[in-house]
Amino acid sequence: MFGYIVRRLMTAFLVVVLVSMVTFTLFFKGPSDPASALCEETGGRCTAAELNSIREQMGLNDGLVVNYSRFVKGLFVDREMYYQGEQMCEAPCFGISYGSRQPVTPQFVEKWPATVSLAVGAVLLYVIIGMTLGSLAARFRGSFFDRAVVGVATVITAVPYYVLALVAWIVLVLQLSIFPETGYHPFTDSPVLWASGLLLPWVVLAFAYAPANMRYMRGYMVESLGEDYIRTARAKGMSQQGVVFKHGLRAAIVPMTTIVGLEFAVLLAGTVFTEFLFEIDGIGWWSINSLGNPIDFPVLNITGTAAAVLIVLGNLIVDLLYAVLDPRVRLA
Amino acid sequence: MFELSETPGDGQMSKAPGDNAFLSVRDLKVHFSTSDGIVKATDGLTFELERGKTLGIVGESGSGKSVSSSAIMGLHRGTNAILGGEILLEGVDLLKVSDEEMRKRRGREVAMIFQDPLSAMHPYYTVGNQIMEAYQVHNDVTKREARKRAIEMLDRVGIPQPDRRVDDYPHQFSGGMRQRAMIAMGLINNPSLLIADEPTTALDVTVQAQILDLLQDLQRDFDAAVIIITHDLGVVAEMADDVLVMYAGRAVEYGPCKEILTHPQMPYTWGLLSSVPDLTASTEAKLLPIRGNPPSLLNPLPGCAFEPRCDHVAKVGGDLCRTTLPDLTPATSGGNHTKRCHIKNADEVYEAEILPEIAPDLVED
Repeated sequence: MFGYIVRRLMTAFLVVVLVSMVTFTLFFKGPSDPASALCEETGGRCTAAELNSIREQMGLNDGLVVNYSRFVKGLFVDREMYYQGEQMCEAPCFGISYGSRQPVTPQFVEKWPATVSLAVGAVLLYVIIGMTLGSLAARFRGSFFDRAVVGVATVITAVPYYVLALVAWIVLVLQLSIFPETGYHPFTDSPVLWASGLLLPWVVLAFAYAPANMRYMRGYMVESLGEDYIRTARAKGMSQQGVVFKHGLRAAIVPMTTIVGLEFAVLLAGTVFTEFLFEIDGIGWWSINSLGNPIDFPVLNITGTAAAVLIVLGNLIVDLLYAVLDPRVRLA
Repeated sequence: MFELSETPGDGQMSKAPGDNAFLSVRDLKVHFSTSDGIVKATDGLTFELERGKTLGIVGESGSGKSVSSSAIMGLHRGTNAILGGEILLEGVDLLKVSDEEMRKRRGREVAMIFQDPLSAMHPYYTVGNQIMEAYQVHNDVTKREARKRAIEMLDRVGIPQPDRRVDDYPHQFSGGMRQRAMIAMGLINNPSLLIADEPTTALDVTVQAQILDLLQDLQRDFDAAVIIITHDLGVVAEMADDVLVMYAGRAVEYGPCKEILTHPQMPYTWGLLSSVPDLTASTEAKLLPIRGNPPSLLNPLPGCAFEPRCDHVAKVGGDLCRTTLPDLTPATSGGNHTKRCHIKNADEVYEAEILPEIAPDLVED
């Protein structure tokens, strides 16, 4: 088991390194040039000599490999960076934002709790709703309740997420004022404000994610309820509730873990549209804002790397959970 | 040890005069309503069984064996099955008791063990846990007592080191051990009726014999009535006191085991006997399968269900086989042997035509 985890962590590490290399290369070889943007901004007219001196100072003339090794070194050692004057970038350094002119790592640390709050609340909400409705629909398969739940879920799934979120915001906040103003307030400042600001985004995300999860849950439950061991449980004289919600649910939860775990990792990596619409200052909004001219590469670099780490770790955790939940998956 | 004296709960007493059978199934019908029409999986099944005795139900896939036994367990409740007739267990009609009453009987008075013990056990719970559950459902005991009882039962069915194996998961057991564990689960509440649905089909031959021996031992100890469902005539020969041969949802031959195996009077039973491989025969000898396929239960033929596959239709005059369903009538040999066939001199046909083919050495005697 220990050896397995070590092996998996090593592959996970390799994947993250590869992702970071690709991201770096794409930016470095791409059309966006931070030096020329800076040059035009400062002097009004940008001569070739000025541009070249800025490029030289930023180290952009040194080529991809040198720049990437500087970046890697900066992850472990404090690094001096030039962007309109010298700046100290503390390790782990992902660079200095071209927009805010500040090192991005502290900004990431500052913004991530908003994204985490959003993701955790939404996942809890939609997992509870989706799994409850899904298992009930499977339990009363073919009933009016089942058809109604599946029908509503299909309709919701058919609506694009941005329409759903936008309409919810316009109607529930702007017009009817049923929900409080959205936004992020740190939990430590005021739990009430924290919750009220995130309430609608949670609900909207849950509304968008619950139908699919309900369908998965219903499918897995229908499958498990058709298994022979369910007949055995009934033959023992267990009550219908016991059969469905102990033996049936137990088997359906295992594949659900995979789905929810991976969804959770994606949500933790930032929900771009949700954060943007509801003005939650998290990493999703941050990364979408970085796509200006020039592209704020350090921001994209840190959010992209974080996403890669989260998804790779999410996969690993899901696989390890599988071994815990399914005794047949015993790892040597 | 047994709960023989227990008075039936809200079940209706519908005891017929002079009927003292422990289990009496009368005119049992299990029909399924489908979009294509009504499937008569079991139609008019009647049999009786005493405590300590074993009934073997034989027939090919889809002949209604398992469906009938599920009906005795009340496992069709909550499905779209339409049930008719009577299932009297100690005089109580199991088809008429409430769902809750049936649930209480399930696993306590009537227990069932299934064909494939790997899929019949929950993969995520330990064997002990699943056996304990069967005990705890019907007995108000602590977890510890239930565990102790589960270990006792595992020991009783011959699992080595039961106190350690009790915490194993089903996949850690071998096929034979899993079936032993299933038997332990089935017998933990001392049921008076045990239904074994092809208990040895998924097992290899050496283990099959062990499991059958175990079942016989336990039956003796617990004085239970056993219904063993199988398509293996070897199992029937070893285990059964009575045999019920089913075809297309109906009993086609019913009687004492020895009588059925030595003087079968229904061509379908002949077919079953002919398709048993004979170890002493030459390697050139061919198996004689029953030609054709099982009939559709959706649109049953007006006549004998076996008629399209029967080689002996010519021995019955005219269109009788095609137009008229034969009744289950006493066989010529008398006794409790009944058969559903129009052939008048079935015993002579068997002696003259079938026996020489399947057991030539017996004919010469």
